[in-house]
Amino acid sequence: MSDKNESTPFETVSGYQETYSDRMRATFDLWFYSPLSIIMDDIRTRIGITIIVIYILMGTVGVFIVDPPTLNQGPRLLGVFQSLEHPLGTTQQGRDLLGLIVHSTPPMLKMILSGAVFATSVAIVMGTLSGFKGGAVDRVLMTITDIALVIPGLPLIIVVGLAFPPRNPFMVGIVLTINAWAGLARSIRSEVLTIREMDYVEASAILGIPTRIIILKDILPNVMPYVLMNFMQAARNVIFASVGLYFLGLLPYTNLNWGVILNRAYQQGALTSGDAAHWILIPILTIGSLTFGLVYFAQGLDQIFNPRVRARHARTVEDESIPDS
Amino acid sequence: MHWLVKRVVQGGLTALAAISIAFFLTHSLPGGPMDHLRAVLRQQAGGQANPERLNAMVEAYTNIRPDTPLYVQYFDYVTSVLQGDLGQSIFYSRPVMDILASVLPWTLFVMGTAMIFTFIFGISMGTFQAYYEGTRMDKIATGVFVALNSIPYYIAGLVFIYVFGYILGWFPVHGRVASGVTPEEPIRFIFSALYHAILPIASVVVTGVGGWSVTMRGNSISVLGENYMEVGRLRGLPRSRLTLEYIGRNAVLPLYTSLMIAIGFIFGGSVILERIFVYPGVGYYMVEAINTRDYQLMMGAFLIITLAVVVGIFIADLTYGVIDPRIQQEEA
Repeated sequence: MSDKNESTPFETVSGYQETYSDRMRATFDLWFYSPLSIIMDDIRTRIGITIIVIYILMGTVGVFIVDPPTLNQGPRLLGVFQSLEHPLGTTQQGRDLLGLIVHSTPPMLKMILSGAVFATSVAIVMGTLSGFKGGAVDRVLMTITDIALVIPGLPLIIVVGLAFPPRNPFMVGIVLTINAWAGLARSIRSEVLTIREMDYVEASAILGIPTRIIILKDILPNVMPYVLMNFMQAARNVIFASVGLYFLGLLPYTNLNWGVILNRAYQQGALTSGDAAHWILIPILTIGSLTFGLVYFAQGLDQIFNPRVRARHARTVEDESIPDS
Repeated sequence: MHWLVKRVVQGGLTALAAISIAFFLTHSLPGGPMDHLRAVLRQQAGGQANPERLNAMVEAYTNIRPDTPLYVQYFDYVTSVLQGDLGQSIFYSRPVMDILASVLPWTLFVMGTAMIFTFIFGISMGTFQAYYEGTRMDKIATGVFVALNSIPYYIAGLVFIYVFGYILGWFPVHGRVASGVTPEEPIRFIFSALYHAILPIASVVVTGVGGWSVTMRGNSISVLGENYMEVGRLRGLPRSRLTLEYIGRNAVLPLYTSLMIAIGFIFGGSVILERIFVYPGVGYYMVEAINTRDYQLMMGAFLIITLAVVVGIFIADLTYGVIDPRIQQEEA
C-alpha cells in the first residue's frame, strides 16, 4: 500500500522477525486448518455439510445414475421399499418417485444458487455503499431498501412472475429473491456504520485509499459472517418460495420441481387416501432435510467467525493470550 | 414527533411504490388484462359493442382509460386507489374493495394471531434456553426447534391436515366457520372460528418458533455476559426484573428488523396457507383471482396485503419507540 513513499513513519520495522514459512503456516492456519477443524469439530456443521454434499451429488452425479422419470415405467402407486427397481415407490401415473426427486434436484440447486447469490450481492452493494457513503446516497438507498423490505415477498413474486414468467431456473431464483436482499442490506449497513468509525478504517481514509478498496479490504471481511449466514437463509427462502409457488401452480411448469410433485400428489388426493401417502411424504422429507442441512450448517458457521472459538482451534495462536470463555 | 412523521412518510412511500408496481405490472401482463377484459366484455355484449362503449366499460372495471396517455392513466389509477377504489372484479361482478374488505378481518385474525404467538413463544424459549445454555435440555430444544424451522409452514399445514384432519378427525380442514353458524349466535360463532383457525395458526407457530428462539438465545447469551448484568446481580435485583428488563429488553431490540421482515413474510404467506386450508381470506382470493384471470382482484389483493403489512410495521415501529427510548431522543 505504501510502496511509493518509503520514508513514511508507517514503514517502521518491527523488532519481531517472521520467516516466510512462518507466514505461510499462519496463512494456512487462518484460511484452512482452523476453519476446517472447527467445521469438523462441531457436530452441526458436520451434519449440515454432509446433507448439502449429498444433495449436490444427487443433482450432479445422481441424474446420470437414476433414469429420468417416464409415464408408466412401473406399477401404479407402488409403496416405499416394495421393489428394488423403484425403491421410493411410484406415483399414480407409474412414474418412479426416486427418479422424480433426483431429476428435480439440478433445477432446484440452480435456483438456490442464483437466488442466494443475487440476494446477497445486491445486499452487499446496497448495505456497504449506503453505510459508507452516508448523506444523500444513504437516504435514497435506504428508502428503496425499506420499501423492498416492507412489500410482502410472496404476493410480489406472484404478480411479477405472472407478468414476466421466468422459465430458466436461474431466472426463477432471481425472481424468488426479488426483495429478499433488503433485510441483509439493512444489517450490513448498520455493521458498516460501526466499522466505519474504527481507527484503522479512518486511517485508510486519511491515507487516501479509494473507497472501493476500503470497502473490500477493511469492511467486507468484518461483515462476512452476516453475509454467509444470510446466504444460507436466502437459500432456505428460495426453497420455501419455489416449492410453495410450484405447489400452487403459480410458476410455469418448465422444470421438474419437488413442489410440482407435491402439487400432483395433492391434486389427486394423496392426502386423503392412505395408500398414496408416500407420494406426498417423500417430497416433504426431501425438502425438509435440505433446509435442515442449510440451517444447521449456517448455525455452525457462526462459530468459524467467532474469534474466541477460532483462537481455541488455531495452532499458531498462543493459549495464554486468550481469556477463558 | 419528527420521528413519527418520518415513519408516516416512509409508510406512504411504500404504499405509493406498491401502487406503482401494481400499475406497471398490470400494463405488462402477457396478453394484457386490458385485452383480456375487452375480450370478455365483448363476449358478454354479444360481439356488438362499439369500441367507445368498450373503453368506457374497461374504465369502469380497471379505473384506467385506455385511450389516454400513460401518465394520465397512472395518475388516474393512483388517485382512484387512494380513494379506496380498486376497480371491479370481472369474475364476481362486484367491486374488488367490497370482496376484500369482507375477508380482510379473517386474514388479519389468523395471520396476526399466528405471528404474535410465534414471537412470544420464540423469545420466551430463547431466553429460557440462554439461562440453561450448554445443558442437555438446551441442546435438545435447539435441535428440535431448528428441525421444525426447516419445514415450510405450508408443508406443516399439509401434515396437520393429514394427521389431525383425516386420520384423527379432530379438527376441520377447511373453511372459516362451520356451515350454518352465523354471527347472530356470537358465542358459537367465535368458538367455531377459533376451532377452524387452530390448524392454520399452529402450522405457522410450530415452524416459526425456532427462528426466533435461536436468535433470541444468542442475543440473551451475549447480554448475560455484559457488565451491567453482573452489577444487577450484585445489587440483588429480583430475578424477574433481571430477566424482563435487563435481558428481555436488550436482547429483543436487535430482533426488530427481523420482526419487520416477519410481518411481511407472514402476511404474504397467507397466499399459500389460506389456499391449503381453503380459508377464504385475502390470500385465498389472490390465488383464486389468478386462476380465473381476474387481474383486478389479484392486484387488489396484492395492494391490500401490502397495506396490511405497512400498517403492521407502523404499529411495530410505535412499540419499538416505547421499548427503546433512545430512538426518540436521537431524533429530537
